[in-house]
Amino acid sequence: MTEKSTPTRRQFVAGAAATAGLAAAGGFVPARVAIAGAAPVKIGILLPYSGTYAKLGEAITNALKLRIEQAGGKLGGRAIEYLAIDSEMSVPKAPTNTNKLIKKEKVDFLVGPVHSGIAQAMAKIVGPRETPIMIVPNAGSNLVTGSLCAPNIFRTSFTNWQPAYPCGKVMADDGHKTCVTIAWKYTAGRQMMDAGTDNFEKHGGKVVQDIQVSFPKVEFQAQLSEIASIKPDAVFAFFAGGGAVKFVKDYAAAGLKDKIPLYGPGFLTEGVSKAQGAAAEGIRTTLHYAANLDNAANGAFRAAYQKAFGKTADVFAVQGYDTGSLLIQAMDAVGGDTGATRDLIAAMEGATIADSPRGAWTMSKAHNPIQDIYLRQVKDSVNEVLGVAAKALQDPATGCKMA
Amino acid sequence: MDISLFLVLALNGIQYGFLLFLVASGLTLVFGIMGIINLAHGAFYMLGAYTVYWLVGYTDNLFVAIVLGLVIMLAFGYLLERSAISFLYKRDHLYQVLLTYGLILVLDEMQRIFWGTDFYSVPVPQILSASVPLTETQDYPVYRLFISVMCMAVAAGLYLLIGRTRLGMMIRAGASNREMAQVLGVDIGRVFAIVFSIGVALAAFSGMIGAPVSSVYPGMGEQILIVSFVVVVIGGIGSVKGAFVGAMLIGLADTFGQVLLPDFASVVVYAVMAVVLLWRPQGLFGRA
Repeated sequence: MTEKSTPTRRQFVAGAAATAGLAAAGGFVPARVAIAGAAPVKIGILLPYSGTYAKLGEAITNALKLRIEQAGGKLGGRAIEYLAIDSEMSVPKAPTNTNKLIKKEKVDFLVGPVHSGIAQAMAKIVGPRETPIMIVPNAGSNLVTGSLCAPNIFRTSFTNWQPAYPCGKVMADDGHKTCVTIAWKYTAGRQMMDAGTDNFEKHGGKVVQDIQVSFPKVEFQAQLSEIASIKPDAVFAFFAGGGAVKFVKDYAAAGLKDKIPLYGPGFLTEGVSKAQGAAAEGIRTTLHYAANLDNAANGAFRAAYQKAFGKTADVFAVQGYDTGSLLIQAMDAVGGDTGATRDLIAAMEGATIADSPRGAWTMSKAHNPIQDIYLRQVKDSVNEVLGVAAKALQDPATGCKMA
Repeated sequence: MDISLFLVLALNGIQYGFLLFLVASGLTLVFGIMGIINLAHGAFYMLGAYTVYWLVGYTDNLFVAIVLGLVIMLAFGYLLERSAISFLYKRDHLYQVLLTYGLILVLDEMQRIFWGTDFYSVPVPQILSASVPLTETQDYPVYRLFISVMCMAVAAGLYLLIGRTRLGMMIRAGASNREMAQVLGVDIGRVFAIVFSIGVALAAFSGMIGAPVSSVYPGMGEQILIVSFVVVVIGGIGSVKGAFVGAMLIGLADTFGQVLLPDFASVVVYAVMAVVLLWRPQGLFGRA
């Protein structure tokens, strides 16, 4: 798909170049020799567009395109060609899909994924190569900017450690001594539970039971009965999407909500608090974004997103939006020359995303955002910010040679 | 484990078993009687949930929405059988798998077009929104008990329909010998269309009645499809009684497995299936 706008003469030329570029991809002329720098920039996207996480893929894609449209629909003066593949949330399919975008389509940038397991599979393929530059707009696997970190892998979202770690202190500060952790049994769940547990125990708390639910199962009655019989002071949970809706509703229906307060990384209530309804009211979570953050960029972004797509923006949209901002900054810095990989990487490393709806953030040496983590509470189905739980929090990037 | 946790888990397991039975009964009915492997069963479950969400928006009443939704789904199932499934009876199972798999893709896409990728919730009706205290910390929602009662009613209804009615007799006759039933004047095409629409309605009904507790979201049919197949295979393909026993077995095994063997929770269900199949390859109530 080639993004088109009103046909001025210049753009007409660019459009013709884009067509030539497409022909080149078909095998007629080598693109870069024919029209150096004027062929469209190829952005490969690997995100879920079906299943439980379809909403996340859609929000990220929408916001990414919105950001680039706002900047004139071009990157470094060049038209853009988007190539999107549905990841189907399948880790086994990840290598094939990644190779298809890299080797067959020869994309300049690779945006994806949502799922931590897929992110690790992609990083193992992209990391050892010089190109393309990969930007992770959600998946938080610590390893991607940890032991698997590489010069051409960036992230605009979070590490699983980041939104979970501050929550441990929040629970301890609220006076809780014991807690049960519960999460889906996959990379993201494990890493978030470990981070939260670590900080909770540093502040004098004790995790009495660690419950794992097979991913992506959404039948929680057995675990809820177990929690009710253990009677901890608090529960620390990670679920997202449909699972988060069901868990929070079941938790309230089991009568646990008022007896054992529920905490977690913000995904527990992000983008789903409306579907959770009264069951989510009052739940406190920590995340790098909140709907009512008081900054100009956030207000403008939410209004624009609502106008363009008729939907309320959430953290996933913010991450897609910031991915767009990062691409724009880097491509402007090199004047659209995607061949200048080293300069592109340098521009991304030095980037400050000042106009991010989540508040300004910078890139760490391991290529992950250094960002504020907010404490939020659900009020009338909106995740309202209560304060900053951790200021400019940087992931420890364990095992990363660049950090 | 103390006795109260044991009892609560048993209750959970039975309740989950009832829900599984409701979904699996339609699957086993369609396979046992028509010989159709219906991979789209989970998609019908999802469609039921979305339909009831959509209708509750207009009627503001879950019960009215379910009744209206059932009428729509029965008609949908009937049309689908006449326009597509009916061409496959004489063909190999592979064609049925291809068609019903294709149906999943079509229905998923339709869901995306009509309802988008958002998560929706259906409110529990006021009259059933209470909870009963179970232990000092845990309550049990009345609506879940209501689901169990409805599942029992459906089980009894199916038993009576197949065992005691004229339609049931025709269904059984058609299942055991299609040609002979036709010779005796049974319009077997229509009987099969009815059976298929009942199968679709059963899947949709599970989605509808489960919607207030499970919420409504894309891909919700996939997981339920896999576990339904496990139930049907354990019970013996085609046996409604087998589906009931299989569903209870899986419901209890899954619930206790998650608490007693958390590290192996995801394989407990399949281990039960493997053991049953080693012992009785045709399933508990299957015909050898």
